Amino acid sequence: MKMRLIVRALGVVACVFSASLLSGQTQDPGRISGNVQMLWQSYAEDTLIGAVVPPAKTGYNAYGNVIYTRGGFSAGMRYESYMNAVLGFPGRFKGTGIGYRYARYADDERGVDITIGNFYEQFGSGMVLRSYEERALGIDNALDGMRLILRPKPGIELKALYGKQRLDFDSRLINGPGIIRALDATIELNDLREAWYDKETRWRLGGSFVSKFQPGTTISKDTLVLTLPQNVGTWSYRLDVQRGKWAGGLEYNRKINDPSADNGYVYRNGEALLASLSYTKRGLGINMSAKTVDNMSFRSDRDVLLFDLPINYIPAITKQHTYNLAATLYPYATVISGESSASAEVFYMIPKDTWAGGKYGTRISFNVAAANSLDTTRYAPSDGSDFLVRGYERNSWGFGDEKFVRDVNVAIERKISKKLKMKYAYFYFEFNTLVTPVTTDFKGLVYADIHVLETQIQTAKRQSLRTEIQALFTEQDKGDWGTVLLEYTWSPNWFVSVLDQYNFGNPDPAARVHYLYGAAGWINGPHRLSIGYGKRREGIFCIGGVCRAVPASNGFEVNFTTSF
Amino acid sequence: MLALVAGFAVWGGLSAQQLPSVSLKDVDGKSINTKDLVREGQPTLICFWATWCSPCKRELNTYAEYYEDWAEETGVEIVAVSIDDQRSVRRVAPYVNSVMWDYKVLLDPNKDFARAMQVINVPHTFLVDGEGNIVWQHNNYAPGDEEEVHEQLLKLAE
Repeated sequence: MKMRLIVRALGVVACVFSASLLSGQTQDPGRISGNVQMLWQSYAEDTLIGAVVPPAKTGYNAYGNVIYTRGGFSAGMRYESYMNAVLGFPGRFKGTGIGYRYARYADDERGVDITIGNFYEQFGSGMVLRSYEERALGIDNALDGMRLILRPKPGIELKALYGKQRLDFDSRLINGPGIIRALDATIELNDLREAWYDKETRWRLGGSFVSKFQPGTTISKDTLVLTLPQNVGTWSYRLDVQRGKWAGGLEYNRKINDPSADNGYVYRNGEALLASLSYTKRGLGINMSAKTVDNMSFRSDRDVLLFDLPINYIPAITKQHTYNLAATLYPYATVISGESSASAEVFYMIPKDTWAGGKYGTRISFNVAAANSLDTTRYAPSDGSDFLVRGYERNSWGFGDEKFVRDVNVAIERKISKKLKMKYAYFYFEFNTLVTPVTTDFKGLVYADIHVLETQIQTAKRQSLRTEIQALFTEQDKGDWGTVLLEYTWSPNWFVSVLDQYNFGNPDPAARVHYLYGAAGWINGPHRLSIGYGKRREGIFCIGGVCRAVPASNGFEVNFTTSF
Repeated sequence: MLALVAGFAVWGGLSAQQLPSVSLKDVDGKSINTKDLVREGQPTLICFWATWCSPCKRELNTYAEYYEDWAEETGVEIVAVSIDDQRSVRRVAPYVNSVMWDYKVLLDPNKDFARAMQVINVPHTFLVDGEGNIVWQHNNYAPGDEEEVHEQLLKLAE
């Protein structure tokens, strides 16, 4: 109902502007921009890989964004269709209609920016609040309400918002039950005074407060009847300092008791500490970070799980890998109940015209990441109410005993000649499938070595062939894998590619399957069309820090995107 | 709903796509409004990328080889807009420095600028003229695309 009102309001605004345009005034008529994405899949049964055919036999997702802008005013909406949703998407996304709409007025000069309707927002690192869309994963927790941003003077930014969160889509936007109220302030110290602007050291301070309200009564645990907190507050402080080649950041978050499905309805407070330090100069970059997250899952509905209604965002410590075998078999996602983690990374360019650097220079990167359980002491049932209400106590910010992940990887990239580039990458994983359940075939620690060799050869003017040869070796889970990718491109408009993933080391000889997938595409300016056919492995598909399980499928896929 | 469609339909001759106004931070932590990327009479190439996007890095590493020549010839400035989110945004500065890009590098961790530019996936490259009009765009990178970019730059410089 409210949405209809807003759409109508947008329409009225549109008509008023049109009328003023028709009245012959020479003022700016404004601009319309937008984009469209369509994804279609057909399905065929393949019992060998576990591909099934849904009742509708095909899947179709489509999205169309339209934004009208005139001066500081803008209004936009997204039309969405799931008829039916392609496999791997939340199956409950149904129908066709408007899933996102807003109107916004920004007066940049006076520092006022106000939005009504849907919006995306992130406070600091997102540990207390982040609403975002990751469409390819079916994730969209857009806020729906009102947001005010004030920049009263250079260097000061204040944000205030009220809203509900997008939960579902059934021919229209469906929000979750909770109400979110949030405040954020960021101060760029150097921007406060002109004399400080070009100082070598830059300081940024920030603070946020986010509160959710959800009606609730009581829960029973054993003999205890406990009152559920209806209002849950969380806050954070952050500091970023930059000086010459160095940059450092520190953030501390706290959340009051928030019994939820994620934490087994215990009343512990949540806490998180993030620290990072980097050093970079021309040809060299070093980055280190450490993060301990304890009971910081925060949703606008205490009873939901997985991808539903997250208010905050807790990214994984590991690097987002891009090579098929490294990215999709054992991708790590933060253990939301709590973990301690650390990572370090070095990028280095061996200078050109040296023995090791070659004619064009050689790029090297090295990355290591580790995450363990929290260092905690669990209460036993004999501890009575502490066991039921508090669950555990954390002893330190350091690592606990249980290993969650180890990820060590190195890559060397070199341009051999004008027409040939090569890259070698190695990965070593230790991956705990008990805490990150990416497979149903094995429970425990998977030890895997992955080798990748990539070459890119220019075959003719504006034509090139890119190949990837990948191998994954492990004694656990599904055993060894090999992948070959061939991609031929005619710049700037065409490509064809073939991908074969082969599970040659599967302990079960019947499961030593080839997953062969071919694709071709046409790109022209903002338009992009790709058509693929073949088998897609059941696996985990990740973007940023979030991963979704995608079922096996066999068939055609057509993807079209454009913007205007 | 009808009113909305009718309203949009009435605007026939709308002006060319212009660079939207979004406030972002650069890798040095300084605030910048995307409107200010437009340089009077000179072209700007805006490339959306991410540290986890291999074709994006291939694209920007290739442009880096030609950047000096292009800038001399056409006055172009390249702006690399990273859509890395909090998982990888701290990797941007170390990576950019190690590969020695001389671009202006902006951070768009919650994709505010990408959304305003109607970017669905990366790499997506826009050529903006000296008045802020988007005159060319390309949603892909394949080796050889740099020749197309160069042609477009020369066409604009004419």
